[in-house]
Amino acid sequence: MSGIPHDHYEPKTGAEKWLDKRLPIIGLLYGTLMIPTPKNLNWWWIWGIVLAFCLVLQIATGVVLAMHYTPHVDNAFASVEHIMRNVNGGHMIRYVHMNGASLFFFAVYIHIFRGLFYGSYKAPREITWIIGMLIFLLMMGTGFMGYVLPWGQMSFWGATVITGLFGAIPFIGEPIQTLLLGGPAVDNATLNRFFSLHYLLPFVIAALVVVHIWAFHTTGNNNPTGVDVRTDSKENVKKDTLPFWPYFVIKDLFALAVVLAVFFAIVGFMPNYLGHPDNYIEANALATPAHIVPEWYFLPFYAILRAFTSEVWVVQLASWVTGGIVDAKFFGVLAMFGAIAIMALVPWLDTSRVRSGSYRPMFKWWFYLLIIDFVILMWLGARPAEEPYATFSLIASAYWFGYFLVILPILGVIEKPLATPATIEEDFDAHYGKPAE
Amino acid sequence: MLKKFAITALAALTLSAGGAMAAGDSGEIHDVDFSFEGPFGKFDQNQLQRGLQVYTEVCSACHGLRYVPLRTLGDEGGPHLPEDQVRAYAAQFEIFDVEKDEDRPRTPADPFPFSALDNAPDLSLMAKARAGFSGPAGTGINQFVKGIGGPEYIVAILAGYTGEEKEEAGTTFYENTAFPGGWIAMAPPLYGEDVEYADGHSTDLHHEAEDVAAFLMWTAEPKMMARQRAGFIGVLMLSLLSVLLYLTNKKLWAPIKGKKFTG
Repeated sequence: MSGIPHDHYEPKTGAEKWLDKRLPIIGLLYGTLMIPTPKNLNWWWIWGIVLAFCLVLQIATGVVLAMHYTPHVDNAFASVEHIMRNVNGGHMIRYVHMNGASLFFFAVYIHIFRGLFYGSYKAPREITWIIGMLIFLLMMGTGFMGYVLPWGQMSFWGATVITGLFGAIPFIGEPIQTLLLGGPAVDNATLNRFFSLHYLLPFVIAALVVVHIWAFHTTGNNNPTGVDVRTDSKENVKKDTLPFWPYFVIKDLFALAVVLAVFFAIVGFMPNYLGHPDNYIEANALATPAHIVPEWYFLPFYAILRAFTSEVWVVQLASWVTGGIVDAKFFGVLAMFGAIAIMALVPWLDTSRVRSGSYRPMFKWWFYLLIIDFVILMWLGARPAEEPYATFSLIASAYWFGYFLVILPILGVIEKPLATPATIEEDFDAHYGKPAE
Repeated sequence: MLKKFAITALAALTLSAGGAMAAGDSGEIHDVDFSFEGPFGKFDQNQLQRGLQVYTEVCSACHGLRYVPLRTLGDEGGPHLPEDQVRAYAAQFEIFDVEKDEDRPRTPADPFPFSALDNAPDLSLMAKARAGFSGPAGTGINQFVKGIGGPEYIVAILAGYTGEEKEEAGTTFYENTAFPGGWIAMAPPLYGEDVEYADGHSTDLHHEAEDVAAFLMWTAEPKMMARQRAGFIGVLMLSLLSVLLYLTNKKLWAPIKGKKFTG
C-alpha cells in the first residue's frame, strides 16, 4: 500500500496461505499497522488517533442514545430528560456524547492547524488534505444536526438561523431551505430528517476516514522537517522511519490517555460548561432567545458570517456588480463557506517549496497570527452583533482570507527559507544523539 | 516550552470561549457557597428536604416539576425520604389515568404534576437553564471559577424584590434586581417565615431561598453525585494509565534515542 519500500507480510502456515490467496486481509492489516513512520514525529502528530477515538466514541454512545431517544417535537426534549434520569448510566452516556463533540472539534482544529504549519497539505498529500476537509465539513453538518435533537431553545433557534442561510442563496435558496426543513419552518419533519442524517453521516465520515488514511499511507506521513523519507533503499528507510506498531501506537495511546483524563474531568465536573443554559428550556417557536449563539466550535465561522453586513464596501460593490443578486446575507453565507473552501485550496495557494513552517522565518509569524485570529474570531462569534465587535469581526475575517489568498502566495516568492536537514535521521539524531549501536 | 504554553493557552481560550456562550444579561447575582459545588460537593440531604418543603408549600401552587419522577425523592444522594413518605407525598397529587378513564392519586412511579398556571415555567431544569454568572467580556472565566450560577440566579430572584410594582396592559410587574430587564411578572413568592421547618432551621428569606435553590439544583441534576464519582474514577484510572503508558513509551523509545531506560 505504501510507496515507501518496507517488509511485507509473508503467510507461513498452510492456513495463512489458504486465507491469503482468497482474502489478503492479514497482509492488509500488517501493512497498515507496520507502515514505516518518520521517527521524528512530534507531539502534534497525536491528534489523528484522538480523532479516530472520538469517532468511535461518538458512534458508540450515539447508538445507545438513539435507543432511548424519540425524534418527535412533542417527546424529544422529554426523552432526553428520560435518558438523564431513568436510563441506567444514561446521564453519563449523554454527557460523554455531548462533550465528545467538543473534544472531536478541539482535536480536529489542532489537527488542521498542525497540517497548516508543517505543510502537510503540500504535494503529494493534496488528496489527503482535501478528504480531510470533506470530513471536517461533514463533522460540522453532523454536529449541527446533533445539537438540534435535544429540541431545546438553542436547538430550535440555531436550526432556524442556520437553515435560513441556505434560503439566502439566490433563485434556488428557498427550495433548498424547504427541502432541508421538510416544510416552511423548523418543525417535526426537520427534527426527523436531522435525526436520520445525524445517524447516517458519521458512517460516511468513517468511510472517508478510511480513504484519508489510505491516502497518507500511500504517500507516507509528513513530519516536522517536511523532508521526505529516503526511499532509495530499505536500509535508508529503516534509518528514517520506525514501524507504526509498536512505536507510535504506544506513543499515541499515552497521549490519548492524557487527553481523556482531561476530558473526563470536564464530563464529570463541569459537563454543561461548554453548552448553553437556554438549551435546557424546551423549544418554543413563539419565544426567541435574547442571543442566539451556536456551539463554540462554530463560532469562528459564525463570526465571519456576521462580519459582512450591508455597510461593508466589499458587500456593496458585490451587490452593485451583480445587480443586487448578491445581497449582504448571501455575501455572508459565501464568506462563511468560502472561509472553509479556501482551506481546501491551500495546496495551490501556498507557493513555497519548503513544507515545514519551522524553516520559514516569515511564514511562522503570519501563521501564529492566524491562530490568534482564529481564537479572536471564536470570541467575536459569541459577542452581540454591535460595535466595536462588528469592526473587529471584519478585520479578523479579512485576515483569515488575506492569509490564504495574499500572504501565502506572496511569502513563497519573497521569503528566504532556512536550510532544512538533509535527512530525517539527521534531524532525529540532532535532537537525541546517535542511537546506541 | 513555548509549544506547551501555546497548547495550554489554546485550550484555555477555547474552553473559555465556549463558556462565554452561557453568558446572559443578568442583574445582580451573588455567589452562594452551596454544599454541592466543587468536584467533591454533595447535596445536603436536610437542605433538600427543606427545599422540597418550600417547593411543596409555596412554589407548587403555580409551578410544576414535570420531568422529575416522584420515586426519585427516595433516592440516596437526593432528599432520601423513606419509602412510605414518598408514597404519601405522591398520593397528595392526582393524575388522570388513561386506562381507568378517571383521576387517581399519584404513585411513586408517576412524575410531579405540571405547572398549574400556564405562564408559570416548569421548574425541573430551571437551575441548569439560567446562568447566574457571565464574562468578563464573554470569556467565560467567571463561570469557570464560580460555576454557571443557576442556583445562585434562583436565590437572587427570590430575594431580589424591591417592593416596587407597576401595571402594564393589565399585568402587574414587580421590580426585581436579579431579573433581566428589572421587572418580573411573578409576585414575590417568599417573604421569610413562609414555612415551618421540622429541623428548626432558620426560615428567613435567604435561607428559604437557598434551600429551594438547592432543591431545584437536585431536580435539574439528580445524578450529579454519581457523575462526579464516575468522573473522579475516570480521571484517576486514566491518570494511572497515562503513567503506565508514559513509562512503556519511554522504555520502548530509549534504545532508538540512544538512551538507557532508567524507569
